[in-house]
Amino acid sequence: MKDTAILVENLGKKYLIRHQRTERYAALRDVMMERIKSLGQRLLTPLNGQSNNSTREEFWALKDVSFEVQQGEVLGIIGRNGAGKSTLLKILSRVIEPTKGRVVLEGRVSSLLEVGTGFHPELTGRENIYLNGIILGMTRTEIRGKFDEIVAFAEVEKFLDTPVKRYSSGMCMRLAFAVAAHLETDILMMDEVLAVGDAEFQKKCLGKMGEVASRDGRTVIFVSHSMGTVNQLCTRTLWLADGKLMAAGNTAEIISRYLTNNTSAEGKCAWKDGISSAGVNEFKLFSISVLAPNGEISSNLDIQKPFTVRIHYKFYRDLPFCRVGFLLRTPTGTTIFEVYDADEEPWAGQRRAGEYMVHCEVPADLLRPGRYTLTISAGMPGVKNFVNLESVLTLDFEETRTLNSLMLTPRSGIIFPKVKWKQ
Amino acid sequence: MSRVVIEAGRSETQYWKDLWRYRELFYFLAWRDILVRYKQTTIGIGWSLIRPLLQIVVFTVIFGKLAGLPSERLPYPLLVCAAMLPWQLFSNGLLECSNSLISNSALISKIYFPRLVVPTSTLVVCLVDFLISGVILAGLMAWYHVSPSWRMLTLPFFIAITCATAMGAGLWLGALNVKYRDFRYVVPFIIQMGMFLSPVGFSNRVIPEKWQLVYSLNPLVGIIEGFRWAIGGGPANFLRIECLYSLGVVAFLLIFGIWYFRRTERFLVDVM
Repeated sequence: MKDTAILVENLGKKYLIRHQRTERYAALRDVMMERIKSLGQRLLTPLNGQSNNSTREEFWALKDVSFEVQQGEVLGIIGRNGAGKSTLLKILSRVIEPTKGRVVLEGRVSSLLEVGTGFHPELTGRENIYLNGIILGMTRTEIRGKFDEIVAFAEVEKFLDTPVKRYSSGMCMRLAFAVAAHLETDILMMDEVLAVGDAEFQKKCLGKMGEVASRDGRTVIFVSHSMGTVNQLCTRTLWLADGKLMAAGNTAEIISRYLTNNTSAEGKCAWKDGISSAGVNEFKLFSISVLAPNGEISSNLDIQKPFTVRIHYKFYRDLPFCRVGFLLRTPTGTTIFEVYDADEEPWAGQRRAGEYMVHCEVPADLLRPGRYTLTISAGMPGVKNFVNLESVLTLDFEETRTLNSLMLTPRSGIIFPKVKWKQ
Repeated sequence: MSRVVIEAGRSETQYWKDLWRYRELFYFLAWRDILVRYKQTTIGIGWSLIRPLLQIVVFTVIFGKLAGLPSERLPYPLLVCAAMLPWQLFSNGLLECSNSLISNSALISKIYFPRLVVPTSTLVVCLVDFLISGVILAGLMAWYHVSPSWRMLTLPFFIAITCATAMGAGLWLGALNVKYRDFRYVVPFIIQMGMFLSPVGFSNRVIPEKWQLVYSLNPLVGIIEGFRWAIGGGPANFLRIECLYSLGVVAFLLIFGIWYFRRTERFLVDVM
């Protein structure tokens, strides 16, 4: 018999968006100016009481979300950017207050919204382990007890008394994750912490997380964009869209529903005024389309024929080190490949302002038949993200070359290349 | 097993209990700030001595020698020193307190803890600075053969009031600082003006009698008076009605500061 660890009822978070304002925080002079303006407006047009409200708009980052998490369950939360995942996690970890609703958490909670929160570059590794541990909610005795384990996991024995600012970023990450992984709380919440670090370390972290989750029967909430990771770690998954709970249930089922929803079936996705991530003004994406060999836009493709991905975008000023490209994924989130237009030599990522229409031809006889999703990503690697649209297009590849090998036994493998045999 | 209930507008009830539960974080933040403060400087804690010392010298020369203001029963440098130390404690405390939320915003926006921990822990650093600069006071007392009396035992009381003042005003300005970033420029200005509006460089007696009542609305007046009394003796001026005013202002500042801070705290991260 399992108990409920987290109970969420009708949770809502409202923000007021002010238009005509670009700063995130107010300056006193603006507030005073606004007051004076609205006072003047009210004096001039006393009957029109609505006028000064026109600059404000209510926005529900989260609305009527209810769910329950059993003790010992590893729950994944997926959704597009801005769907309310981080807001939900922030409310659950008590960083922000909900506007509506109620949450009951049974047990000690710790949250990991960012790896290395509270790391101070001037302090040594040893000092940071203590500081970070305390910040994450451990007690001093707990940290002392786990100290050696943390150090061994992070592989930083030699540098314990070196200031963290001299660490490589990888070492920093390892240390931060090591502290977090040794948290002894009943409920652990994590946001995209695995998105960084090299592949080997990611694997180690995943292993550790799986172990932690299964061993002590602790409850884990995991927010991620990586379907593969969610699929691997989570038993149950929530899908959020526009602040509302779309579906909850078995991970594999929810992921495949998520990936096939939200996408256009016609093989083209276009934005009239262009699209880019919040705060980006140097780049706009206008369209992405998939073309069959005859030049027609299509999302039903033949595995024996090449296809072309066409991306139309614009740079508003000259920029170095930029790349625009896409990822092809299976519905379960495994990335088949990731390519960028700057991969080709003469470009080298150096961009002049202007409009671009790039074509990428993907060779024939490469993919296995089935359904794939295409994610577009543009940015300056490691510096800035211009746009990142998960699964904008869904592509269906027909089984024109049989998947069955001789004797009609099904073939395994992620890809299905046509190879040449010689004798 | 502990149970946490999050409800719109309900985090109030657990607040003070949480504050106690997070006391270790308080120690560690203070410890971090102390470590970091002296780590990269070559003179290290020397800074806590040099700054007040130079200011004492300058004030003694300007107010004592050039302006020829009266020094009452204390030698002029000691008169200034007895005021400069609490003033430094107050001004550093106010500055650090009001900046602490912004400078720790990375932490605040990612992890939950009672936000009061941050500004109060920065006060500890200022207090350590203050205690170190106490060396100057001891040195000056030895130099001028002013022997400590039982009155020195009252110093912790005055130090506590100084901290309360800095905290009250610091919490209020700190909360405002998050909402309106203009206050970043206001605080140093307040400190600069306050130094001359408080009897740091001169004796309280310089102010005409009829203005004393208004003057002592400045809480630092009572505090500095108290410090000077504890070190040099003389009439217990701070017990007069004016100085009780100071105390009243401090109490108001502290209560109002905490109230305002608590009110802002709830949507702090949303506007950060």
